Amino acid sequence: MILEPLILMFIVWQIRKNLRLLLPDTHWNKNLKWAMIGIAILFILERILPITVVTNWIWRLLILGIGYQVFKLPLLEKMRTIIIAFLPLIIINAIKDLLEIIYLPLYEKIEDYLGLAVGCSLAWMIAMLIRSNKQNKALKKERDKTLAEEERNKFISAQKEKLELIVEERTAEITKQKDELMHAFTELKNTQSQLIHSEKMASLGELTAGIAHEIQNPLNFVNNFSEVSNELIDEMNEELDKGDIEEAKAIAADIKQNLEKIAHHGQRADGIVKGMLQHSRSGNGKKEATDINKLTDEYFRLAYHGLRAKNKSFNAALETSYDETLGEIDIIPQDIGRVILNLFTNAFYAVGEKTSKSASEDYKPTVSVTTKKTKDKVIITVRDNGNGIPKKVLDKIFQPFFTTKPTGEGTGLGLSMSYDIITAHKGELNVDTEKGKFTEFKISIPIKNNRAT
Amino acid sequence: MKILVVDDEKDVQILFLQRFRKEIKKGELDFVFAFSGEEALGTLRSMKQEAVLILSDINMPGMSGLQLLEIIKKDFVAPPPIVMMVTAYGDEENFNTAKALGADDFLTKPVDFKLLKEKLIQQT
Repeated sequence: MILEPLILMFIVWQIRKNLRLLLPDTHWNKNLKWAMIGIAILFILERILPITVVTNWIWRLLILGIGYQVFKLPLLEKMRTIIIAFLPLIIINAIKDLLEIIYLPLYEKIEDYLGLAVGCSLAWMIAMLIRSNKQNKALKKERDKTLAEEERNKFISAQKEKLELIVEERTAEITKQKDELMHAFTELKNTQSQLIHSEKMASLGELTAGIAHEIQNPLNFVNNFSEVSNELIDEMNEELDKGDIEEAKAIAADIKQNLEKIAHHGQRADGIVKGMLQHSRSGNGKKEATDINKLTDEYFRLAYHGLRAKNKSFNAALETSYDETLGEIDIIPQDIGRVILNLFTNAFYAVGEKTSKSASEDYKPTVSVTTKKTKDKVIITVRDNGNGIPKKVLDKIFQPFFTTKPTGEGTGLGLSMSYDIITAHKGELNVDTEKGKFTEFKISIPIKNNRAT
Repeated sequence: MKILVVDDEKDVQILFLQRFRKEIKKGELDFVFAFSGEEALGTLRSMKQEAVLILSDINMPGMSGLQLLEIIKKDFVAPPPIVMMVTAYGDEENFNTAKALGADDFLTKPVDFKLLKEKLIQQT
């Protein structure tokens, strides 16, 4: 039979192929190559020399031995189908040959059946080989799929790494930008508090002259009344020496009145100094029960005299109308004081501008202040008969840094800070104006629950 | 002789009345008070043809002392009153303006009453 060496050759070749895939770089590759060369040499010898009887059995035993190994080693699992394909043919051929040697009559008797068995086993072999081929193909497909998947996974992880790098870069960039922004924000905040401070100082500067004037008057009274009281005591003593008790008593009453005046004007000066300190003090403003009328009047006079000190030709009629039922309400006095001062300064500026620009003889610059108590609110109205606010800038007046004054004269923070202060008191700051006629600012503060949030 | 004192500080009245207590008692000086420029003009109009010395503050709300001075010098000519100006700001500008407007004398706060007394007695 010529088939056996070919089958052996095929099996060895398949094993080598399989092993090469499963265990690359093993000595098996080389050994199996030599085995194949050995098989080829034996096959050639068999063709030349009459040794087929021996070699046929060598082939068969080798195939069976290899088959046994294939079933024993899980590594060669895939080879099993091939072995099963060849096994019947090998066994039948072996039986046939054995029978021919051992018991020829029987062999001759069943030769036809044996031939049929060989044919059947050949058919089995072909069928099994086809099946194995299909299986291999399916396996190869599977393997290809796995490989493709692996490839894809590799690609994805590579992409992922790339993406992560990009994300990291971006994150670093964003973090840097965030830090820069935070830095800029902190700087802005610092600048803002500095600006608020300089605005306070600017208005304090405006106030200083007014305060000097306001303090000078009570001080003059204190000095004058104490001096005159001194004289009066001398006079009283003279009267007593003369024995005019009635006159002495009248003088004593005058002295008493003078002492009261001294105390009154001393307190007045004290109040002004306190008010000034309150104005210059930064922050930590706490709400206190405050007499709005007194506060308003104080700042009204300070603003007026402050302006008068700077511009001596300036003059305006001051009209006041205070609601005496107002009482005290809880506010941060230095904050509300700043708002009132700011509104007055603006009002005086407005009438001053109109006086210097229109210069009409009939124009009587007037600034008025009114306080009023409603059911739940206190309303402070500051009105001037200046030129009013033009419509085009009206919605900008509460914006920070907006000013109509020449560069260097206004910070543009007065009204915006006033607005913030009133809002913090849960109140409202409204404006009403008519071009060429008047401007009226109205502060309304709720009497209760006006705590700043 | 009547002396019209114009000042927005109301306590000025008590102060003057006490400072010139003896002179008033003796009938040497007669004081009238006004607390604004506007009120001063009204007082002046009601005192026909009397010899008057006006002592006015400059810094007052409404009509200032300088405005009052200007009106007095323009409208009250027979007989022209003597006007002395008083101000808290003893500066050149107010002094010059007051002089230009025809102020007869110039005092700075705090008022030196001894000096004022001498000046008033001189005028009478």
